[in-house]
Amino acid sequence: MTELDRLIQLLAKLPGLGPRSARRAALYLIKRREAVMEPLAAAMAEAARTIQPCTICGNLDTIDPCTLCADPRRDAGQICVVEDVADLWAIERAHAFKGRYHVLGGTLSALDGIGPSELRIDALVARVKEAGVREVILAMNATVEGQTTVHYIIDRLADIGVSVTRLAHGVPVGGELDYLDEGTLAAALKARTSMKSGAA
Amino acid sequence: MQWSDEGIILAARRHGERALVVDLLTREHGRHAGLLRGGQAPRARTQWQIGNRMLISWSARLADHLGFLTGERVEGHGVMLLDDRVRLAALSAATAVGAATLPEREPHPRAYAGLTALIAALGADERWAIAYVEWEMALLEELGFGLDLSCCASTGVTTDLVYVSPRSGQAVSEAAGAPYRSQMLKLPAFLLPGGEGRRPATEDVMDGLALTGFFLERRVLAPHGRKLPAARSRYIDALAQVLTIPSV
Repeated sequence: MTELDRLIQLLAKLPGLGPRSARRAALYLIKRREAVMEPLAAAMAEAARTIQPCTICGNLDTIDPCTLCADPRRDAGQICVVEDVADLWAIERAHAFKGRYHVLGGTLSALDGIGPSELRIDALVARVKEAGVREVILAMNATVEGQTTVHYIIDRLADIGVSVTRLAHGVPVGGELDYLDEGTLAAALKARTSMKSGAA
Repeated sequence: MQWSDEGIILAARRHGERALVVDLLTREHGRHAGLLRGGQAPRARTQWQIGNRMLISWSARLADHLGFLTGERVEGHGVMLLDDRVRLAALSAATAVGAATLPEREPHPRAYAGLTALIAALGADERWAIAYVEWEMALLEELGFGLDLSCCASTGVTTDLVYVSPRSGQAVSEAAGAPYRSQMLKLPAFLLPGGEGRRPATEDVMDGLALTGFFLERRVLAPHGRKLPAARSRYIDALAQVLTIPSV
């Protein structure tokens, strides 16, 4: 196998790339050796060397504790629990939460044999006990497995006396009722909130 | 090779970046899996949730292939139960037990009817906790390990049946089982013929779960070196925390 074949084979393993698109990417990189390929290779080598999971929250960063855990401006009294680092990044993109995070690493799954011991639930409980946390926000997916995990964590945190909340389920911003499924509509109706009239 | 059927989703696992491998219990084709292209798209994920009843079409070049699925949702019970801890745990347990015990591609119409009845009960009925035990009893019977609760294994009497023999799976009367009480499994009255209308206590439901769990594990799973899924233990834990089951 030539070096080029090896490059194509490795690129084809990336999400979104098949053998054909990997060949195109390899050709693109080779044609732009100095502008793209070498900086990319250096950046990847550096990332592989330095990026690690944060020992406190499970986020990925080059420092430990991660930038989010080390930031004194963030509210240490609020912890947002997410399934995966990608979910953490999604919430950060919204600029709507200024507390700390906890990445579980998945959800309870009967099919995949993922039980509580495979997730970072014990670490969450220990963190809530020690760090004087006021509120735990459970930001799990609105799926059967995600919500089963939510209920399990609520049980585990029940004796600690911390406020536990979860993300609302319902109509998305820009969503039209006509196109929503019955489950989402039912959840939205169940979680309806009262509106104050006459506010100046 | 192509067929259409109605099925309940037992499990859905990610495959690659866009697809799902969905495991369903269908009415006429038994437990059957298939690849759902584009199953990870947001709209599809809403439809293909555990516990949802689907109208599906399965196609493959050969019958042995995994095959491709298409379909649309008939009823979406899974999403309706997200806020109810115990009922959601019951749904997870029922689908996990079905996926763990039922052989693939073998029609089991009674198991399908039992799961349909359970899911309908979880959504509305007052007897959902009993319906769960009945689903596992139907599962045992469908798999060829049904319990004989018609008369006492030892004396043949049909009254005072309060135990089940762990060896034979047959009912035992209170008098005949007394010397072996510690080894016997408790038989809740609501499982006896004619006991359908009774309103059992929480302990009776737990006894029913212990009974079906024992035989599912001993007779169905242990020969294959497997155990009952953890989702079932979590359901029992959740049920045990409910001091009284108002909706039993």
